[in-house]
Amino acid sequence: MNTRQQSKVIYSWYGEPLSSDRKLRTSRYKGILITSERSRTETCIQLGNFILVEGENADQPFVAQLLDLYEDGGQQKHAVVQWFSHITEIPPNKRKLLKREVSPQEVFFDQVPGYDTDIAVETIIKSVMVIPLHLGEELPITLNKEQSFYVKQSWDGKCFKALSPDAFSKLKEANKKGGGISNSSNSFIPLDIISPLKKERESVVRSATKPKNVELEIESKHSASKSSLAKERHSQRVANGMRTPTARKKLQLNSPTRSSKGRLLGCEVLELLDDDCDAIVPLEPSANKRKVKFTGILGSPPKMPCANDKSKSMFDTAEHWQTFSDPIRLSPYSKVKDSSKKPKNLNREYDIICSIGHQELGSQSPVSTPRSRRICAQKTSALIAEQVSILNTLELNQEEDFLSSSDSSYSSSSEEEDNDVLCTPEKKTKSSRMLSTPKSSRKSSVHTPAKTLKKTPLPGTPKTPRNATPEIPRRNHEAQKPASILEEARLRLHVSAIPECLPCREEEFQDIYNFVESKLIDGTGGCMYISGVPGTGKTATVHEVIRCLQQAAENDDLPSFQFVEINGMKLTDPHQAYVQILELLTGQKVTATHAAVLLAKLFNTPGPKRKTTVLVVDELDLLWTRKQNVMYNLFDWPTQKHSKLIILAIANTMDLPERIMMNRVASRLGLTRMSFQPYTYKQLQQIISSRLNSMKAFEEDAIQLVSRKVAALSGDARRCLDICRRATEICEFASHKRTPEIVRMAHVTEAIDEMFSSPYINAIRNASLHEQIFLKAILAEFRRAGVEEATVQQVYHQHIALCRIEGMQSPTLSEIMAICSRLGACRLLLVESSNKYLHMRVRLNISQDDVMYALKE
Amino acid sequence: IEVQHLLELLKRTTVHGESNSALIIGPRGSGKTALLNHVLRELTEMKQVRENLLEVHLNGLLQTNDKVALKEITRQLHLENVVGDKVFGSFAENLAFLLEALRKGDRTSSCPVLFILDEFDLFVHHKNQTLLYNLFDISQSAQTPVTVIGLTCRQDILELLEKRVKSRFSHRQIYLTNSFDFKQYIRIFKEQLSLPAGFPDESFAQKWNKNVQHLSEDKTVQDMLQNLFHHTKDLRSLNLLLMLAVSNVNVHHPLITASDLHEASKQSRMDSKANIVHGLSVLEICLIIAMKHLNDVYEGEPFNFQMVYNEFQKFIQRKAHCMYNFEKPVVMKAFEHLLQLELVRPIERPSVRAQREYLLMKLLLDNNQIMDALQAYPNCPTDVKQWAASSLSWL
Repeated sequence: MNTRQQSKVIYSWYGEPLSSDRKLRTSRYKGILITSERSRTETCIQLGNFILVEGENADQPFVAQLLDLYEDGGQQKHAVVQWFSHITEIPPNKRKLLKREVSPQEVFFDQVPGYDTDIAVETIIKSVMVIPLHLGEELPITLNKEQSFYVKQSWDGKCFKALSPDAFSKLKEANKKGGGISNSSNSFIPLDIISPLKKERESVVRSATKPKNVELEIESKHSASKSSLAKERHSQRVANGMRTPTARKKLQLNSPTRSSKGRLLGCEVLELLDDDCDAIVPLEPSANKRKVKFTGILGSPPKMPCANDKSKSMFDTAEHWQTFSDPIRLSPYSKVKDSSKKPKNLNREYDIICSIGHQELGSQSPVSTPRSRRICAQKTSALIAEQVSILNTLELNQEEDFLSSSDSSYSSSSEEEDNDVLCTPEKKTKSSRMLSTPKSSRKSSVHTPAKTLKKTPLPGTPKTPRNATPEIPRRNHEAQKPASILEEARLRLHVSAIPECLPCREEEFQDIYNFVESKLIDGTGGCMYISGVPGTGKTATVHEVIRCLQQAAENDDLPSFQFVEINGMKLTDPHQAYVQILELLTGQKVTATHAAVLLAKLFNTPGPKRKTTVLVVDELDLLWTRKQNVMYNLFDWPTQKHSKLIILAIANTMDLPERIMMNRVASRLGLTRMSFQPYTYKQLQQIISSRLNSMKAFEEDAIQLVSRKVAALSGDARRCLDICRRATEICEFASHKRTPEIVRMAHVTEAIDEMFSSPYINAIRNASLHEQIFLKAILAEFRRAGVEEATVQQVYHQHIALCRIEGMQSPTLSEIMAICSRLGACRLLLVESSNKYLHMRVRLNISQDDVMYALKE
Repeated sequence: IEVQHLLELLKRTTVHGESNSALIIGPRGSGKTALLNHVLRELTEMKQVRENLLEVHLNGLLQTNDKVALKEITRQLHLENVVGDKVFGSFAENLAFLLEALRKGDRTSSCPVLFILDEFDLFVHHKNQTLLYNLFDISQSAQTPVTVIGLTCRQDILELLEKRVKSRFSHRQIYLTNSFDFKQYIRIFKEQLSLPAGFPDESFAQKWNKNVQHLSEDKTVQDMLQNLFHHTKDLRSLNLLLMLAVSNVNVHHPLITASDLHEASKQSRMDSKANIVHGLSVLEICLIIAMKHLNDVYEGEPFNFQMVYNEFQKFIQRKAHCMYNFEKPVVMKAFEHLLQLELVRPIERPSVRAQREYLLMKLLLDNNQIMDALQAYPNCPTDVKQWAASSLSWL
């Protein structure tokens, strides 16, 4: 993928058209050639092969099987595919249907009807390996996480089924065929163009001879697994750290000729190895491949070069498996004499591969190689069979081990460091282990240099520190359960308590539900604008709709969809909306501008397998920018043909589109609008009673009083609930000693008074004498001047006059200023900034009548 | 009763995990912080609460914008160790991080968090009130239990909240006022001044306390306290006054006397501008008087230096025998000195083009202040005094 992104890739047909349809002006082909200019590799993918298809997220390509290839009239290259779903593509709520752990390599035979199976050829990334397995079978060893997958079950959007025997055999067939093709095509299709350097290296390599006793190794492993797996695993971990360097050093010693060419990297060796593996593949699709090869090698002459490569690469792998690799290290010498002409074959094959790349040695005995190998392999197959099973278990253990350790590294960042050390070598094992699959070879030859050895902390291993999940510490004591009926009522009346149903919003609910449902079924996009004053249940209703839709989707009444929610208030900047949407959709974290580009691309291009997205934008008005490009984009996407985006925009004001939006934005928003009216007192009453749910905590009249009061003021349900909650507290407080009683009118009235009473009058009454006189002086000055504004100087004169009348010592100007600023801080007065001193203008913040009333004792 | 209310509220948050929000509103010096601290102290005495509660203290004067506030919250919640050495890239990331953190929790399992927003009114001015919205939103939804307590002195705080923020606020307001009368004031005065029982030198403490008791019954002291009480009920001003008085105490003067208090009150009541006038030269005083006359004649219209100079010239010409006639630049210099002392203030910003003589000015002193100051001014020429009393007196 890396290379694909960096270099131009040319897609061309392989071979002549198989058949062509004159009428439709299409022609079908049996394979396609993918040429990457930069890495100068050519890949051939044929019908029946498994491929990776570019997805919406670069890190998560789709897996598919190539069924058909054709070129249409417009010279567009198309491919028809059978999809495989990765576990991440399956909705989380369905995953639990599986009832088992799913490794990241597992895919599901996709039978979801909705997906478009016709894709553009350009989206094909490369070919991979998909191995069908029976449900009970264990995960084979040699699978590369990225390059091969295995399939056990099919997924039709609703449930998982075991693969039908028909499909299974077909897959198996395809797999074999794929392998066979790629194998045989080795001889005449340029598979890998390996740099000329490599040839030299190869000759160098050839001179080094250190075949390794694989049998011994397996045997020892066998015994080890028998004795104590856990112990072994443990010790192996310990050994991992230091084993690697020594082993490598040793290898270098072993091959003195090559030491001059010190720059021959392990990865290149691996490259060779997997090329070689390529050839053996057809026999067994899975784990045993390598063993086939090894057993073949056992009988090979010591002079053969590849054995060393292998031993070295095997070292890399083996040392992770084994703590006691001593026998292995000893074994090469004993093994030297076990030789056959097998390695020659391998050797020749290398030649073939690289030379074909150069178009030099293309004629060299292409057919004999695989055949002889096959014979060899068949001979050893019996031996392998039993070892494989052992290996498999071992492998699984290791895998579990790896998984668990990585799990733990996710869960706790503190352990992360140790795990890092432990994980990576194991990871390496894995990657080197996978090399035997034929398809992977091509990729690994491209990829390995970057991946296998140099970059030990593989991308994707411990991401832990970045997405560390912040968490508020757990509480030390359990939260108490509500004890009395009042407490219980209070709990239910809290705004956060999620009611079973939303009373009084049935109509709105139905409207929104119908809107989204119809769009979902049509697979189109659309916008809806929802407005209403705060506390009228807009967000709650929308959430309820989404919940119902999700439920319906789960029950297969509706196509499944993705739900994304953003809140204008929770964004620091309107452009952050892009970032958040993208993160919620795909999990990528990018900058705002980049996210906008990605999203636009996502929604504007036809994605083959994209689900409908339901996007809820809360507090829409805060996404306003001067150029309004955020809003414009948001509402533009649904109008795109392929977007499958449904937007529910929520805001407070009904006329927001007219008021702040430009015409082009408002027109894209469309006319689907809905406004939530403030609750009437009856509705509020119903809400409270439904929340209380026939609990006898409130008097009927008390509820009515609250709802009438709130309905008259704002119709805000939150306010209503808060008042009720406060009333329960007052009630509880009042009836402290007596038996618990229910909330009566008096309590509610008190709560309402507390919440709605104006604080000013009380504040004035409790002000100091001079502050009161100052207010009086202001009133007098207002009356004198007839203007509702005065300077401090004017008020000061009035104040002094008043003081004389009262027979009090008149304050100094500094004191007056202090009084003035105090009243200003309470916002009883509105004052200018104080640097004008005497000429500071003063205004009352409350009505004169209120002041008069407050001051009249 | 406020204590009871707040205590109940916080207890419920910590014990039941109920989310709440409240505002404590009261004028400066009415004991908002004291109330909160008292409640918190009481809370922490309960073991169950102490181990359960996370406190986040924010001050509107320190956390001047949401970005800073978020960082501070993260720090006080000790979440930065989760983040490790990762630097917070952006404000957005930070906000998302914190919201994520708070969303994770639920009512029963997470540790309640108590947010205390001092100078709440300043948070209101943050852009979009994002922080407040999110805090209140959390308190109104089934996330980590939080209690948001705001402290402010603005009575109109609710009107400052944006409507959706306001809707999410629970409208629990605790109003504090200084509703005590003078008798209580006297009692507070005594309490403040008395030495505690645990004072090492017991005999001195007794003597001191008796003296305080005596003082509180003294007529002059009572008058003085009454005066202060009339001006402000803020207990801090009382404390300031007592501080001034107590700082006079030394070995030779071991007890506070009424005169000490009187002196202190005089000091604290001093008019700052009038004080400055005492230090002016005669010429400057003359200029001020000229300005005062101008103010009288033109009824507070602004004047410029030239007008003041002309007025001054008129006075000099009539009473030239007692005053030395200063050159215009000298007078200008004096005028500029007044400008620096901010006894005079230009109406508009001094621009380069306008000539300094014609810059319009306003006097920042009241007539009463000028006259008072003149009375106290030492060695003031009588002519000047007369001139000050009436601009027409010599005619």
